[in-house]
Amino acid sequence: MLKRVAATALVGLLALPAAAEEVSVAVTAIVEHPALDAARDGIRDGLADLGFKVGENLKFSYESAQGNPATAAQIARKFIGEAPNVIVPISTPSAQAVVAGTKDIPVVFTAVTDPVGAGLVADAARPGGNVTGVSDMSPIPDHLALIREITPGVARLGIIYNPGEANSVALANRLKELAPGAGMQIVEANATKTAEVQQAARSLVGKVDAIYIPTDNTVVSALEAAVQVAEQNRIPLYAGDTDSVPRGAIAAIGFNYYDIGLQTAQIVARVLKGEAPGSIPVTQAQGTDLIVNPGAAEKMGVTIPEAVISRANTVVK
Amino acid sequence: MSEIAFLGAVELGLVYAFVGIGVYLAFRVLDFPDLTVDGSFPLGAAVAGVLFVSGLDPWTASLAAILAGACAGLVTATLNQRFGILHLLASILTMIALFSINLRVMGRPNIALINQPTILSPFYGLGLPEQYVRPLVVLVMVVIAVILVARFLNSDFGLAMRATGVNPRMARAQGIDTGVHIYVGMALANGLVGLAGALFAQTNGFADVTTGIGTIVVGLAAVIVGETLFRPRLVIWALVGCVVGSVIYRIAIQFALSADAIGLQASDLNLVTAVLVAVALILPRLRRGRAAA
Repeated sequence: MLKRVAATALVGLLALPAAAEEVSVAVTAIVEHPALDAARDGIRDGLADLGFKVGENLKFSYESAQGNPATAAQIARKFIGEAPNVIVPISTPSAQAVVAGTKDIPVVFTAVTDPVGAGLVADAARPGGNVTGVSDMSPIPDHLALIREITPGVARLGIIYNPGEANSVALANRLKELAPGAGMQIVEANATKTAEVQQAARSLVGKVDAIYIPTDNTVVSALEAAVQVAEQNRIPLYAGDTDSVPRGAIAAIGFNYYDIGLQTAQIVARVLKGEAPGSIPVTQAQGTDLIVNPGAAEKMGVTIPEAVISRANTVVK
Repeated sequence: MSEIAFLGAVELGLVYAFVGIGVYLAFRVLDFPDLTVDGSFPLGAAVAGVLFVSGLDPWTASLAAILAGACAGLVTATLNQRFGILHLLASILTMIALFSINLRVMGRPNIALINQPTILSPFYGLGLPEQYVRPLVVLVMVVIAVILVARFLNSDFGLAMRATGVNPRMARAQGIDTGVHIYVGMALANGLVGLAGALFAQTNGFADVTTGIGTIVVGLAAVIVGETLFRPRLVIWALVGCVVGSVIYRIAIQFALSADAIGLQASDLNLVTAVLVAVALILPRLRRGRAAA
């Protein structure tokens, strides 16, 4: 028995130097959802590309709060107690719970649309302290220009979003601010749960010339319901994220959450190599991929101009 | 489970103890299944959050959260008593209305309170680390609430309220105005839940309209786990049971979060939590069964 204890202790001692070189990254999201899961996978794969590999020198843990902010608070405490090298919260409530709980452990948030409004950083250019991250504010001017190019006649643009999602409200406000400059007027429809998306889409029929679905967790989860209404009434429907285009939207620019994960990984790697999070400015998510779905466009009574199709990175068959 | 995680679970359990006591008042004392709490919890967070951000002192803001919660309880009681809507349905109506009202109150779905002064701020400077200060301050508030509610339920008015819940017809025959007791009880229950919401916002740095989801489940779990553990005959032990039950529930979730070592995934959390709470419920029954045999 004593021998075994001694042997275990010896093995433990031998393992120590290797363990000392291992770094740990803890990731948490408010809910499991294709886009947020893609961001998580992007972070893991991005870190591997930068030399931090799971199973070699990286301990990668992940927890989902399953939609419950109280659980998000508990996950935050769990991670803070484990003191990993970096905590990466995905989405606004998860990020707030982590940032409220620690002033020491580096935090790199991601997929937060309005980090200043969410109280995570006071100044996006100079965050200071232990927090920085990646904002997923959509490139709204590019999206409006694309809608203009494919459907020039759009004067009233309908948007469907959940007024309970902080990220979506930030997007809706930005749309209302920028649409007049593109010669459009925004017409809102709200859905607080996935079951209300179809009704919200119907409420726009006759009132709008096109529909734009922002990166809203609730509406994107029930995208097919909105697509169906759009097809039946021949209203062109656009999306803010590229993943929605194969599901039936006409087109979108940029914004694939896997890529946002890869971008986040670069910042996490800089922190792991010793940079202070507070000295790294909050990064705006990049998205330039153009993806079009001519089949969906046809069902909605639209022909995508040849110029747009020829410069698209992906054409959905 | 690390010390910080454990203390965090205790702290959240103590915050939700107010929900447990509120649910006990509505569900057990008044026999009124009340889903209003899913709306009055974020209402408390919203009211307190808005008032903090506008610069009001934290104690007044928390008091306002209690009053807002109490008003929500009164609305449910009115729908039920004045207009004869079934209690469950009346509380569901108030709950869904509160989602929109909470959005109006906050003006947006999420208010950040990170680095705002809260009722906890004055206690941070007393030498203890933050992770101890938070549960200790909330514990003191919970103890005060338990004593006050126990004294209330043992007063003449409180006894009449208990009679209202147990047998309303008999209570009326004894000259008790059951309507008044339902109004007061529902206001008190949801006022406590509103306070829980305000404390949640202060200890976690944000008020969010989604914080209400599942509040009733958490409250019921606290009540039932407490009852199983204490099998209380006295009101005071039933209330202590709510507090202990609420803390145990949170520790169970914290265990569920640490369960990935045995091959469970993040998506299994709800299932693991349910199993842990079910075991807590079944164990005493098995023990009793063995004692009988």
